[in-house]
Parts: sequence; structure tokens; C-alpha cells
Amino acid sequence: MHELGVVFAAMDTLDDIAKENELTRISSVTMRLGEVSGILEDYFADCWHWAQKKNDLLRDSELKIERVDAVTVCNDCGRTYPTVEYGRVCPYCGSDQTYLLRGNEVEIKEIEGC
Amino acid sequence: MQDPIKVIEVKESVFSNNDREAEALRQRMHDAGTMMINLMSSPGAGKTTLLSATTRALADEMNIAIMEADVDSDVDAHTVQEAGAKAIQLHTGGMCHLDAAMTEQGLAQLGFEGQDLVVIENVGNLICPAEFDTGAGKKVMILSVPEGDDKPLKYPLMFEVSDLVLISKIDTLSYFDFDKQKLERNVRLRNPNARIIYLSAKTGEGMDEWLDWLREAVREWKA
Ligand SMILES: Nc1nc2c(ncn2[C@@H]2O[C@H](COP(=O)(O)OP(=O)(O)O)[C@@H](O)[C@H]2O)c(=O)[nH]1
Ligand SMILES: [Mg+2]
Ligand SMILES: [Zn+2]
Ligand SMILES: [Zn+2]
Repeated sequence: MHELGVVFAAMDTLDDIAKENELTRISSVTMRLGEVSGILEDYFADCWHWAQKKNDLLRDSELKIERVDAVTVCNDCGRTYPTVEYGRVCPYCGSDQTYLLRGNEVEIKEIEGC
Repeated sequence: MQDPIKVIEVKESVFSNNDREAEALRQRMHDAGTMMINLMSSPGAGKTTLLSATTRALADEMNIAIMEADVDSDVDAHTVQEAGAKAIQLHTGGMCHLDAAMTEQGLAQLGFEGQDLVVIENVGNLICPAEFDTGAGKKVMILSVPEGDDKPLKYPLMFEVSDLVLISKIDTLSYFDFDKQKLERNVRLRNPNARIIYLSAKTGEGMDEWLDWLREAVREWKA
């Protein structure tokens, strides 16, 4: 399952951050997950809760997830629109010269620890 | 007294640790003069078939080693070994992608000293292998004709990160609604710099172009 690999990657990165900041315990982790990042929040949380039991640093930490809505911007008319509803083609001018502005995030936003 | 709780604004991609490991590995392989290629595709697009044909064609020119990560059985490793490559099967334990640490373990097991080229046959899917940098010098993806010309729209990241897009099974073009112009347009939307090569491991069409690209990639890496 994809989410499990991402959880392991996140925990590796958190290990490094903890070392840099001399933390021995992390009490909360806030993640930003984009709507089109390919990560299912529920699966992610399930994998997290399973994996944190094996991790001294994260055993008691609370997982907070912030969802980031996906937004696409049109190169031709400059407007933005919700990606999931309209896809690749701009609903205002019909152009397909569009790109994703946000919604792809798989990011650690903030942690609390001591 | 207990330490006060610190709040740390991180704002880092979860992949940043993997990215750092991958960069270090890439540097190490560069110093060793071994080019590594990360080959990605959907299951059945033709990775193993292409690697066998490639090994046979280049056997007299360079030392090639292959790390099989797609599926846990060692069928593919045997296939490319028969074609003459040094090969190992990685046991990814059902993981859907290879990361830099797993690649590094595989390389240690393989022993890449003296190899000119190492190719990773990555796990067959178009999603997360695109997100996890393995430390390879170049990323190559295969899209087979039967999968359709609209795949770049459905899996944009895979096309964005690939240096080379191989369109395989081109011998089957007349059986499918696969429009080369549409495909090229869809790829360009996601990645204006990607090279596109059409080929068939079955008929040999396009193989020379691919082999030349490989030779050049290896030459450049060692330069
Ligand atoms: N027609 C045709 N079939 C191919 C070609 N390359 C591979 N195949 C077939 O596609 C199937 C899957 O190929 P394989 O190399 O195992 O794909 P992998 O899962 O990506 O390693 C096999 O039955 C191959 O014989 C090709 O160039 N033309
Ligand atoms: Mg295979
Ligand atoms: Zn994965
Ligand atoms: Zn528009």
C-alpha cells in the first residue's frame, strides 16, 4: 500500500528533524495532504497509527491532518478553478494549457515536542 | 522540571529525507563511474523484455547489472540473467515503490564496482515510483501502446520526472487508438524536455535509437 511507504518516509524525515532540534519526544505532528496527492487520509492515518507503535519518538504523538484543496491555474486566461471538479480543461475559456497550483502536497507542516 | 514543549514549523516534504539519501547515493555512483537508471512503468509494459534485449545488444560493449524490484518472485531476474546480465532480485515485501535506502541495500548486495550500467526495474506502477528518488542518474519510463495516449494526463508526475519516455510495443500500433501526435502533445504539456522514443523489443524497431541514448548517457556520466 502506497500510504505505508509514505508514512515510513515521513517518519524518517521526522527522525532527522528531531535530531536537529534535540527532541526526544514528539507530541504532535501536523501534516498537509493535497487533494490530488494520491494519499487517502484514512489509510494514511491507519498506517501512521500502526507504525507509531514501533517508534519511540512518535509513540504518543497525535496526528493532525490538514487537507489542501486542489486548484488549477489557466495559462491562457489566468483564472483559477477547482481541479477535481473540472480537471485539466479550463471551465472559463476551454484552454488545456493549465497547471496545478496546489493540491499535490505531502508535507510535514509543524511538530510539537520536547 | 519538565522541558517546555517546543513548536517547530517544519514545512518540509515528507520525501526530503529520501531526497537527501538519494543525492548522496547519486554522488557516490558518479564517483565510481557507474550510471544507474531507474526504469519505471505499469505492470506488463515491457520492462523485462526490453532489458533482456538491451543486455543482449550491449553485452560486448559494457558491463550491465540489473536490480529487479518488480514483484517478489525472481522470474524477471532469471530472465535477464539468461540474457547475460548480472542480476539480483530485491525483496520489497509488497512495497509499491523503491526508495533510496532500499536501492542502496540492493547495490551493496549486487556489488556495483566495475559495472558501467545498473538498471533498476522498479515496481510496476505509475504513481509512487515517481515520488521516490532512488539515486539514479536518469529516470526512464515505459508507456506501452495498449495503455493509451492519455496516460500523461492521468499520471502527470511520472511524465514530469522522466528524462526519457519510451513508447513500447509500437508493433501493435495499428490495433489500438493510439495517436502519436496526441501522445506527444500530452507529454509536452507535462514535460517539455522529455525525449520520446518509439520502440518494439519484438521487431527491433527503434532499438538503435534507445541503445544510442543509453550509450550516450553512460559516456556522459563517466566524463
Ligand atoms: N507485441 C509486443 N509485446 C511485447 C513487447 N515487449 C513486451 N511485450 C510483451 O508484454 C508482456 C509483458 O512484458 P514484460 O517485459 O514482462 O513487462 P514488465 O512487467 O514491464 O516487465 C509479455 O508478454 C511480453 O512478451 C513488444 O515490444 N511488442
Ligand atoms: Mg518485469
Ligand atoms: Zn509506493
Ligand atoms: Zn482559461
